[in-house]
Amino acid sequence: MTAPTMTTAQPFQFVTASYLTCVEHQRATNLMELAACLETADDGAIFHHTFQTLGRHHFLTERFSNDFAQWVLASLNQAELAERLAGIDIRDYISIAELRADLRHTVLEFCEAHPREATQSAFEPLYFLRAVAVTIPLPWDAHSLPGFRAGLERLSHASFYHHFIASRLRLQLRTNDFSHWFAAALGLEKLAARTDAIDIYTNTLDTARAELIAMVDREIGA
Amino acid sequence: MSTTTETASQIPASSTAGTDTVARGGEAPKTLDQYVAEVGAAEVDDLRTLARPLEGATVEMVNSTAVGGGVAELLTRLLPLMRELGLHARWHVLEGAEEFYDVTKAFHNALHGQAYHPGPRDFDIFIEYNRRNREKLSLEGRFVVIHDPQPAGLIDGRKENGGQTWVWRCHIDLSRPDPAVWNFLKAWVERYDAAIFSAPEFSRQLPMPQYLFYPSIDPLADKNRELEPEFVNQVLERYGIDARRPILTQISRFDRLKDPLGVIRAYKLVKRYQDCQLVLAGGGASDDPEGTVVLAEVREAAGADPDVHVLELATSAPLEVNALQRASTIVIQKSLREGFGLTVAEALWKKKPVVASAVGGIPTQVIHKHTGMLAHSVEGTAYQIRFLLSHPEIARKLGEQGHEHVRENFLITGNLRRYLTLFLKCVQS
Repeated sequence: MTAPTMTTAQPFQFVTASYLTCVEHQRATNLMELAACLETADDGAIFHHTFQTLGRHHFLTERFSNDFAQWVLASLNQAELAERLAGIDIRDYISIAELRADLRHTVLEFCEAHPREATQSAFEPLYFLRAVAVTIPLPWDAHSLPGFRAGLERLSHASFYHHFIASRLRLQLRTNDFSHWFAAALGLEKLAARTDAIDIYTNTLDTARAELIAMVDREIGA
Repeated sequence: MSTTTETASQIPASSTAGTDTVARGGEAPKTLDQYVAEVGAAEVDDLRTLARPLEGATVEMVNSTAVGGGVAELLTRLLPLMRELGLHARWHVLEGAEEFYDVTKAFHNALHGQAYHPGPRDFDIFIEYNRRNREKLSLEGRFVVIHDPQPAGLIDGRKENGGQTWVWRCHIDLSRPDPAVWNFLKAWVERYDAAIFSAPEFSRQLPMPQYLFYPSIDPLADKNRELEPEFVNQVLERYGIDARRPILTQISRFDRLKDPLGVIRAYKLVKRYQDCQLVLAGGGASDDPEGTVVLAEVREAAGADPDVHVLELATSAPLEVNALQRASTIVIQKSLREGFGLTVAEALWKKKPVVASAVGGIPTQVIHKHTGMLAHSVEGTAYQIRFLLSHPEIARKLGEQGHEHVRENFLITGNLRRYLTLFLKCVQS
């Protein structure tokens, strides 16, 4: 059976996700305070300021990809640390605990090397916020690659973000919902790998989706 | 007497607590399908999906005025959309006499950080009018959303074990409240299940979850909808503004906190290098003693410069404001202090490059060098304007990214989505 006609007993269930932003009453006014907040902040706050930045500012690809890096640059003018924080790739993490530890380690390492800058006051404080998610199944699913393509085209930004980016933590795997389904349900390992290689940092959500649709089209046409 | 504004038929013809149409000043209520062109079919489909588990639930919204002000404007637009999604959304307007509104106005200013010297009966008046309204209002819906401090005491009427969720939506900046007023109100506020603020720095330390809901604009409202170029040109001609030369515009009431004199100084610095015109347009000076003084100061500072246009608009002139924003080369918002500053979102929605002060909610809207330019002084404002006038391609890109930022975060559909998500979260919990 070829990809266009292949069906699976494990359908892909599209969902939509919607996020509330909760104010956390933690704020950092310098780098040492940032390190302290990174240690104690709720997991949902670390998620909000890293993963969710990609969804909130998805139309901006020039901006740093997490709020910590952006704040360190914009409010503390510490470009080197900002670049190092921005270089932490969320695709490498399957748990918030690991991501939190690396963010904190990066800040503390910089503070040790630059003690004067560690307590330099920021122009604006960084307010810690927490993401609270609600998900609802959409009234359509996919049993085949063409069905998947049709469903993919109908997704909102929030839904695409949920399946393609936020899913990495939920799955506890270094992959996303789409790649996981391609491999596990359809046996399309190569498509799964190519999908996972779409750069979520240099793409907007719209261009990432367009790239994925083009890949699926090639697979269907193969 | 309190007024419930659920449907047009419930409203006496003479009532000022209007139906949707009355409160919109004649604009017809919009349907969700009309927003597809602005936010896409997928976003509207999402709203329908999110609302489905909430169908039939009653939402009670309570505020202090049916017309005028941002909250009333929001509710007139939001409630019809909630109803279209199958929720029983009802709007109740608090009723009070002059003494009550004098007290709540003083409270409002005190919560914004102004000095407050309470009269001997102030707190009693607040309690008494909340009690009277509580007796008249029937707030038995699944969700009760109380807007701002005036009706905060209505929570005394909450039924024990009634399965309700009470939410306090605070639209004002509580970062530096007068302690006497805040401690008085806090006794009620702490009993709500959740609170909503417009910016993290506006919130207070409270025992319940506090959510961040950005204020929003309606892309289909007269103030924001697309206009015919002919109409825009007519407005420019009416005010003697030259459409062929760069136009810098600040739309704000004549208030020192909006720093109109600083805008004129920035314009004069720009004018040394670039040909341009300045439009300072605002309303409300005629019924505001301080506004009249500020307007006179602005006119004096403008002097005889024919390229400075100081326009006192009618209190509600949404189409003119829209036209002036659309005609602008750059929109300025050089506030010294600001709440959220939705005039910035209005300009960004129209794809205008914005130069604005980094105060209040403005940095949330203007991400420096991405969706606009932030400045901290007259000189900085002038420099950013000169830079954008010299680099129209960068100005165009800022405007386009600003438009996307507003689409993603500051439209009424996003506000509706947040309310639905909050209600769903309560149901799922």
